[in-house]
Amino acid sequence: MSSQRLERLPAILLKPVPLFILRPIAQQVTTRIAQKHPHLFARLGKHTKTKYLIKPTNIPLVALLIPDENKPTMQIFKATQIPKYDAVIEGKFLFLLSMLDGVHDGDALFFNRALSIGGDTEAVVCLRNALDDVEGSVASDIADVFGVVGRSVLSFLRQKEA
Amino acid sequence: MSAKLTIGPILFHWSVDKKLDFYKKIADETDVHTVYLGEVICSKRAVFFDQHYEGVADKLKRAGKKVVYSTLSEVLIKRDRKIIHDFCSMSEDEEIEVNDASGLLHISGQAHRLGPMMNVYNEETLKYLVSKGAYHASLPCELPRQSVEVLAGVAAKIGVSLEMQIFGRIPLALSARCYHARAHKLSKDNCRFVCEQDSDGMLLKTLDNKEFLAINGIQTLSYNFMNLAHELQELEQLGVEYFRLSPHSNDMVTTARVFNQLMKQEITAQEALVQIRDTGIDEPFANGFFHQKAGHQWVINRN
Amino acid sequence: MVTLVKENKPTKIYQRPELICPAGTPASMRTAVEAGADAVYCGFQNATNARNFPGLNFTPDEMQKSITHAHKNGTKVLLAVNTNPPAGKFQLWKDAIDLGAKFAVDAFIVADIGLANYIAINHPNIRLHLSVQAAASTPEALNYYCQQFGVKRVVLPRILTIAEIKDIKQQINCEIETFIFGNHGLMVEGRCSLTNYITGLSTNMDGVCSPANQVNYVQDEQQNLSTQLGDFTIDCFGRNENAGYPTICKGRYHAAPRDEGYYAFEEPLSLNLGNLLPDLMEAGVCALKIEGRQRSRSYVKKVVTSFRTAVDNIMNGNEPDIASLIALTEGHKQTEGAFKSKKWR
Repeated sequence: MSSQRLERLPAILLKPVPLFILRPIAQQVTTRIAQKHPHLFARLGKHTKTKYLIKPTNIPLVALLIPDENKPTMQIFKATQIPKYDAVIEGKFLFLLSMLDGVHDGDALFFNRALSIGGDTEAVVCLRNALDDVEGSVASDIADVFGVVGRSVLSFLRQKEA
Repeated sequence: MSAKLTIGPILFHWSVDKKLDFYKKIADETDVHTVYLGEVICSKRAVFFDQHYEGVADKLKRAGKKVVYSTLSEVLIKRDRKIIHDFCSMSEDEEIEVNDASGLLHISGQAHRLGPMMNVYNEETLKYLVSKGAYHASLPCELPRQSVEVLAGVAAKIGVSLEMQIFGRIPLALSARCYHARAHKLSKDNCRFVCEQDSDGMLLKTLDNKEFLAINGIQTLSYNFMNLAHELQELEQLGVEYFRLSPHSNDMVTTARVFNQLMKQEITAQEALVQIRDTGIDEPFANGFFHQKAGHQWVINRN
Repeated sequence: MVTLVKENKPTKIYQRPELICPAGTPASMRTAVEAGADAVYCGFQNATNARNFPGLNFTPDEMQKSITHAHKNGTKVLLAVNTNPPAGKFQLWKDAIDLGAKFAVDAFIVADIGLANYIAINHPNIRLHLSVQAAASTPEALNYYCQQFGVKRVVLPRILTIAEIKDIKQQINCEIETFIFGNHGLMVEGRCSLTNYITGLSTNMDGVCSPANQVNYVQDEQQNLSTQLGDFTIDCFGRNENAGYPTICKGRYHAAPRDEGYYAFEEPLSLNLGNLLPDLMEAGVCALKIEGRQRSRSYVKKVVTSFRTAVDNIMNGNEPDIASLIALTEGHKQTEGAFKSKKWR
């Protein structure tokens, strides 16, 4: 598979999924990660109320994450209906995923412009540092929610990335 | 205890004539208590004025001023190290202000002053250095009011006098690299003394043309001029006794006179600011550090 | 220097240097330990260390557990308490030291004279390392700290050439640690108030450098990226240019002698002394330090693994093979800085 086609892959994967199905899944992923890694919130400090917009540049959807200690939420919106946010992280889906996977160094991605950030920079740095302290892989946690299919998609993406 | 003005060492590379003229005026036309002499930034510059210190010191002393020699703030190569050694081996009649730990090695156990580059941030450091012979400390410019207060309380108890810069560009950073040379596409070893072109430092502007910093060889200073006219009385009440004017090419005689009048409460801080601006300063004034704000800021004080 | 012949190749025998690795979080400490660090350095979640960044560093509980884990694996833990306590707040620094002693850290890394004295008096059995923040760059300055406080190791500022380091080593009676990789600060550490001048937070007193809460990235429609700190623009990158942090000493500015904006202090680049490791070891450097407590686990893993292999290769008499670390470097450019030649100055 060419790298160009690979970049489109997540879009292909997600496109047929209607928002009403995707939304509960996103929330489930978030709840699961929060349950599994409660110390993440301590590291976030005052940023547990911050609204993070995660914006994959090659998918027509965005995610709004509020890592609230009591009730963490992740809402999915169409890219044409961007909600209010405090901080935004933007990059290709694969790069965003690989950062969660602990494979790529966020700073390195930023230096070569593969990632861009906006809004409350401190919030982004804080989230990055908090996620980086999560042992194992957040990407694996996400894949687990999708069961066998999720895990095989992740392993496929990882191979392509390597 | 009464407040006294001091003239800090000339930080910039001024010609011999400009320096001689400056010290002549300071000796004859100002009522300052102490004058600090010596090259504190770049040892390459030191040779130019070395032979004049004795004469200048004599003139200042005859005019009733106390003379203190300040040592280099960054000591790196053999030449620097020799200068420090020589300074610290001067007769014990001469007063020395140490600006680097190299100097401390030589002078520990003897009476000495601590310069503003010595990182005396807290009472423990002050007490330790005083136990090794320090009797006067110039505090770092970035210390906020709260810390000055604590240090002044301790200083009073252990009998050591404190000093703070109240006027002039704020020393912000030192480097091994010469940024004046770099701006002119030269290196430090082959610098052609381009720093002499900028008697108050070379202006750095941001890419959107906002005045930002000033370069003085290996040193980086603020663009804005520190001016603690409004804070002077409070500093005095806290227990700071000496107030340093850092030499610039504006009219320093008038600057000293205005601050003296302000100390005697003959004029208000607001009047002092206006008169100091008229000595030839276009840059904004700044007092942020004392108020625990960004150093470039001007905090309105209702004194 | 002993020379012996191995496979027809003369090989120098060096004292095995320690590889000192950054740990910004418990996870990155475990990563560094696993990747072969001889020692890790870390700090508490407050102003007592010079990487007081949001979401970074250790709670007391995390510190204790992480130290136990490192010690079980034979890795030393060096506690950075390397800022200057401002008068009136000294207790926070004393508490950090006392906690470190309680958790049996292998050494304290300090810069402040008052704090060094506190350790010398209260914890004389714990090793004292002089932080790079003390800016001690001559045999005299280093000897001062060794004589007064019993400092066992000094971390040298990144402004010296290898020849100068060798010369210093012969005049001091103490171990030398130098940086070999990572962020390449231009100002003499411990003597820089640039961040405080722009932001109101001090590098020396608060442990911050270009604090993220005052950083703004502004991208225009042509994808030019402007990096701002407080009220000031630090740099602007064209769409195809690699970016850097808005660190004041790595920004682009205008000055009269230059027609265009230029890097007045230094370009955004990283120190990489991979190729100079044998020279450093020969000069008598006994500890090689990797910068980057604020970087990710991924960075720690790659950099520590590469340098572990390189050091082991040298010790085995082979050429060091530094895998390309360039992708992890700032602006994707690297330098040997002052170490190679004093022309850098």
